[in-house]
Amino acid sequence: MEVRWDVFLIIIGSALVTFLPRVLPLMVLSRMELPEWGIRWLNYVPISVMAALVGQELLLQDGQFSLMNNIELLAAIPTVLVAMKTKSLLGTVVAGMVSIMVLRYFL
Amino acid sequence: MSQEGVRVKSFTATEDKGSFLQGVKDCIPTLLGYLSIGFAAGVLEKTAGMSIMEIILLSVLLYAGSAQFIAAGMIAVGSSATAIIITIFFVNLRHILLSAALSPYFRQLTMFKNMLIGSLLTDETFGVAINEAAKRKQIHEKWMHGLNLTAYLNWIVANIAGAYLGQWISDPEKFGLDFALPAMFIGLLILAMVSRKKVKLDVIVAICAVFITVGVALIFPGNVGVIVATVVASTIGMVIDKWK
Repeated sequence: MEVRWDVFLIIIGSALVTFLPRVLPLMVLSRMELPEWGIRWLNYVPISVMAALVGQELLLQDGQFSLMNNIELLAAIPTVLVAMKTKSLLGTVVAGMVSIMVLRYFL
Repeated sequence: MSQEGVRVKSFTATEDKGSFLQGVKDCIPTLLGYLSIGFAAGVLEKTAGMSIMEIILLSVLLYAGSAQFIAAGMIAVGSSATAIIITIFFVNLRHILLSAALSPYFRQLTMFKNMLIGSLLTDETFGVAINEAAKRKQIHEKWMHGLNLTAYLNWIVANIAGAYLGQWISDPEKFGLDFALPAMFIGLLILAMVSRKKVKLDVIVAICAVFITVGVALIFPGNVGVIVATVVASTIGMVIDKWK
C-alpha cells in the first residue's frame, strides 16, 4: 500500500495541471470572455495532441522512425476502422487489443 | 383544474428535474462507459507497477481517463515526471472549452461553487449537462452535483476493481494491454474528428502534428516532439480556419 515519492509528485503535478483548466473558465468567465483567436486555437488542441500521441506511439520505436515490420501500425488499421464505425471509445480500445493479439499470434 | 393548480404542478415538476437525485439518474446512461474505461485504466495502472494506494490517489485527484492511461503508460516506460505532467497538461487543456461553455449557466453562483462544479468536469458529464441546458435553458446546481458525484464515485470504484484484477496479470503484452494506450489515442482522435464538421481541416492538422512529432523526436529524443507538435499544429489549424 505504499506511495512512492516520484509517483506522488507525478499524481499531484498532473492533477494540478488538469484542475486549473477545469475550474478557471467557470470561475472567471462570468466576469470576462476568452478572445476569439484563443477559442479557435483551443479548438484544434484535442486534434493535434491526439494525432501527435498517435504518431509517437505508432511511428517511433526507441526514438527511431519505424515503418517496416511495424506490427503496431498494422494493428492501427482495424482499430481506426472500428473507431469510425462504432464511435465507441471502449469498442476501439478492445478492437486494438484484439488486433494486436491476433497479429502477434500469426506474424 | 384551476390555473393556480397547473402552475403549482409545473413548478414542482421543474424542482424535481433540478434535484440532486435527478442528476444521479441522468448520469446512468454514461455509467457503462465510466465503469469499463475505469476498469481498463485500473488494470493498466496496476500492470504499469503502481500500488493500489497510488491508483486510488490517481483516480481521486486526477480523475481523467486518457490522462490516467498516459500516466500509466509513461510510468511503465520510465518517463520523467516533467514529461508526464506536460503531456497531461496538453491532453487535458480541452477542459478549458468545456468549462467555458458551461460558465453562462452558473453565473449566479459564487466562484467557490463554480470551482466545485468545474473540478469534477469530464467529457461525459459535460455532454449530459449541455444536453440538459439545451432542453431546459438552465442547469440546476444540485442536479449538476448529482451528475458529477455519481460519475466520480463510479470512476474510482472501477479503477480499484481494475487494479485488483491487474494484480493477477503478470504478462500484460499477452492480452494486448500494451496497445490499449495507442488504441485509446486513435479512438479519441477519430471520435473528436467525427463529432465536428471540419474533417478536411482536422485531417490537415492531424497530419502536420504527426510529421512534426516524428521530425522533432528524431532530433530531440523524449516527449518534446508531442508538445512542439501540439502547439504548432493547433496554430496551423487556427490560422487556416481564420483565412477561410
